[in-house]
Amino acid sequence: MSRPVLLRGGRVIDPSQKLDEILDLLLADGCVAAFGKGLQAPDGCEALDVSGLVVAPGLVDLHVHLREPGEEHKETIASGARAAAAGGFTSICAMPNTRPPIDDPAAVGFVRAAGEQAGFAHVYPVGAVSIGLKGEEMTEIGELMAAGAVAISDDGRPVADSGLLSRAMEYASAFDIAYFSHSEDLGLSAGGVMNEGAVSTSLGLRGIPNAAEDTAVARDCIVAELTGGQLHILHVSTRGAVEIVRAAKARGVNVTAEATPHHLSLTDEAVRGYRTEAKMNPPLRSAADVAAVRDALVEGVIDSIATDHAPHHYEDKDREFDYAPFGIVGLETALGVCVRELVVGGHLDLPELIDRLSCRPAKIAGLPAGSLAEGSVADVVVFDPESRWTCQPEEFYSLSRNTPFAGQELVGRVVMTLVSGRTVHDGRGDR
Amino acid sequence: MTKTVEFGKDLTGLEGLSVDQISTILDVAEPFKEISERPIKKVPVLRGKTIVNLFYEPSTRTRVSFEFAEKRLSADTVNISGSGSSIVKGESLVDTARNLEAMRIDMVVIRHGSSGAARFLADRIPSNVINAGDGQHEHPTQGLLDMLTIRDHMGGIEGRRVCIVGDILHSRVARSNIYGLTKLGADVAVCGPPTLIPHGIEELGVQVFKRVEEAIEWAEVLNVLRLQLERMKAGYIPSLREYNRFFGISVARLEKAPRDILILHPGPMNRGVEIDSHVADGPHSVILRQVTNGVAIRMAVLYLLAGGSPERAEAAKMENRS
Repeated sequence: MSRPVLLRGGRVIDPSQKLDEILDLLLADGCVAAFGKGLQAPDGCEALDVSGLVVAPGLVDLHVHLREPGEEHKETIASGARAAAAGGFTSICAMPNTRPPIDDPAAVGFVRAAGEQAGFAHVYPVGAVSIGLKGEEMTEIGELMAAGAVAISDDGRPVADSGLLSRAMEYASAFDIAYFSHSEDLGLSAGGVMNEGAVSTSLGLRGIPNAAEDTAVARDCIVAELTGGQLHILHVSTRGAVEIVRAAKARGVNVTAEATPHHLSLTDEAVRGYRTEAKMNPPLRSAADVAAVRDALVEGVIDSIATDHAPHHYEDKDREFDYAPFGIVGLETALGVCVRELVVGGHLDLPELIDRLSCRPAKIAGLPAGSLAEGSVADVVVFDPESRWTCQPEEFYSLSRNTPFAGQELVGRVVMTLVSGRTVHDGRGDR
Repeated sequence: MTKTVEFGKDLTGLEGLSVDQISTILDVAEPFKEISERPIKKVPVLRGKTIVNLFYEPSTRTRVSFEFAEKRLSADTVNISGSGSSIVKGESLVDTARNLEAMRIDMVVIRHGSSGAARFLADRIPSNVINAGDGQHEHPTQGLLDMLTIRDHMGGIEGRRVCIVGDILHSRVARSNIYGLTKLGADVAVCGPPTLIPHGIEELGVQVFKRVEEAIEWAEVLNVLRLQLERMKAGYIPSLREYNRFFGISVARLEKAPRDILILHPGPMNRGVEIDSHVADGPHSVILRQVTNGVAIRMAVLYLLAGGSPERAEAAKMENRS
């Protein structure tokens, strides 16, 4: 067990307790031991002065791709978890679309064990809905959960067959785990590589209409209503999907939704020049969509922020736009992008942002995270909310560099990340 | 008074060109037209230059047109096509280009099925890159030769009403026409089945006709696009017969027009589908003239990208005469 840590004089923000004041925080035995003013440092304690910095519950990302097993040249569970620590994330949910996919209990156990061994963050596996992500046959959802899966998803693909989806959601409800939905109508998106609109038309690239997401989100909400299952909509990108989620919530459907930092900050204009680092699915949309998604996050129609961290090797991205894979990395830029866009941009204050990056996602997946209450796991991020830094992908801990934010100035720099009371990232030496 | 018009390293599209650059290419093509009419069709303008024609997609007209343009300017040329090369062995575009570069070439003419491929290549090699068609993006020399043909027959481009008819969604020819013609002040429209008209096309400064009768009523020039047979299989249109009935350019339709309409087609034609033979071979068709102009346009582009001065084009073509 690591020695106790006393974080002195930081601005402790914990939305789970509606806490926002200058306090000391004592971490011992992997848990939050105490918080208050003028705490005494016990014997053998490491006392750190964090005045001027924010101390918050470690960030929680329900949506990352760690590529292991199968594509370890892009990312491993260890490198992804290290990147998470650098970005202030202490709990991450690993999507099952690896090679082979995480569709049996042994694979779930492997991801958990590799995460524990790496030790940089709590790595929670998401199990597949269908065997081989083929959308045909249901996985052993109970076994996956027993082995440590915290949700089910075929992310990267929708569950196209509504019959299978309704059975899976109905069945999963017995285990109180959510279905994480990649909502896409493949018939409407077929062949598309970017948002459909004036930019796709001028670039001669095949478009993915908003309707590909809207119709699928509507279908998923209706199936959730039918089954009573817990639905979490991944990466909302359209104003139409926002309205559908809003209406479903108003009807009492058990649905939550997330948005990514890139869909909150970039439009399809970022694709101009055939920039493959701006190619992801769902694609970057119009300014009207960005505004609607952002407003929905502020209102609470969209509950949480997740990165959809999707590492790709530079060779996979350094090619013709049509052939480049979808996805960008996000763990190490999320906080900096969100503080810049949402806090500096005047849409959220810091406690509201931390709520959406930590407390709410923890609640959605039922994770022991997102709180600094006494006795909770000592997962903590310490960051400087004012610090401006330039995104330099070559400095990433992730094995991949595919980000549209390269060279941009971001605001809010992680100074320290602690997992179960242990320092897993120490950025105090960084500029 | 002559302004000096500068050209960049590459020609990847008309979207990024200025009015002066486009006008200069059209003007420089004029003196080069005559070279192809000579018994000995050769001038030493590009002597010693090595040009690679890198064609990832099948092409007859464009490839041959470029090759004639290159040879008539005395360049050394090599043709590489998708099949029968390292391309089929999985070599990436950028590696293929670097290998060619290592053999010390001067220019690459590229045709590729993926939008943005020409720009991708141009950003990665120091040679001049000329886009001979990239996916559904642009086909700038086709756009230029269409404009030259319109200018020849209409006495100018500004204020002319040009409608592009057919599969606009998948057409690089349509985009290059739209960018080029609107820059030079033409009124541009598109017409076709709504499934083949891309969203947001109005933002490129064109109007949309859903019915070909309206287009014919309005236009002075029709640029009739080839209907790819794959579009029917992909479900964009129900049948070729139906396409011909509702969108085909026929003599009967043109007779209802309030004026004679100049007919262009980038080829290859599907006679009896998008255009009837009597129209294609009729008195107002300039389809073969486009092909002839294509060689002159490509000579002009090669000449200008190689650093030739617009003012000296007339003199350059005389160099071989003694």
